[in-house]
Amino acid sequence: MAERSEFEVSIPSSTSHGYEVQERILTLLESSGFTDRDLFGVKLALEEALVNAIKHGNGMDPEKMVRVHCVLKQEEVTIVIEDEGEGFDPSDVPDPTDDDNLEKPSGRGLMLMRAFMTSIDYNDCGNKVTLVKQRTVETE
Amino acid sequence: MSAGQRRLDIEQIGDVTVAKFVDKKILDENNIQVIGNQLFGLVEEDGRKKIILDFSNVEYLSSAALGKLITMDKKVKSSGGKLRLCTIRPDIYEVFAITRLNKLFDIRDDQQAALAGF
Repeated sequence: MAERSEFEVSIPSSTSHGYEVQERILTLLESSGFTDRDLFGVKLALEEALVNAIKHGNGMDPEKMVRVHCVLKQEEVTIVIEDEGEGFDPSDVPDPTDDDNLEKPSGRGLMLMRAFMTSIDYNDCGNKVTLVKQRTVETE
Repeated sequence: MSAGQRRLDIEQIGDVTVAKFVDKKILDENNIQVIGNQLFGLVEEDGRKKIILDFSNVEYLSSAALGKLITMDKKVKSSGGKLRLCTIRPDIYEVFAITRLNKLFDIRDDQQAALAGF
């Protein structure tokens, strides 16, 4: 089916609202036949991106909103998550797999998003991330 | 309060403590905080030295959860103890492998393998 679904929501900076959006997106992908493995990766990446926006971007400030825009096409899903924070430079995040950083308890979210999504891109100021996942086509 | 929510099933096998995560998803910030405190309590309050963390129930975990596991590993090592992880499903193991934490942690296939020679 050459279908396209799209929605946009703005949520307050709380993790419970984050989970509602996460569930909405995953339900959409599941019903359109994304594989379990794709769903696992998208869930993991969404978790990291939403926590980043809610906690690090907006500092859990209830006055600040997180905007989530989801576009599902036949071959891929694109999710844009934007917070009202000052943003950050992803290139400043040290490589958590360096021997010197291996025992540091933080800094792995970005890496997991990159690993499990087809692409992730930040805008220049670093408060908006675009996550793309291409659907895996299972061959019988 | 957190004290009422047990997030780990604890079993003592000889001198080894097996702590099995109750949750399928170790994601939510508050949940991770509670789990972290219960893990650290095994070392800091109970003084347990040989600890196995059993992941058989765990289907998802986030980078924040990995952070707690790293801190747990440090606490166990600094108290002269040993920590092993076991029964990690392939999707989750991939998270450990991508972040190279499979090199940091002592990961065994299952509980029996983790108990062997501990």
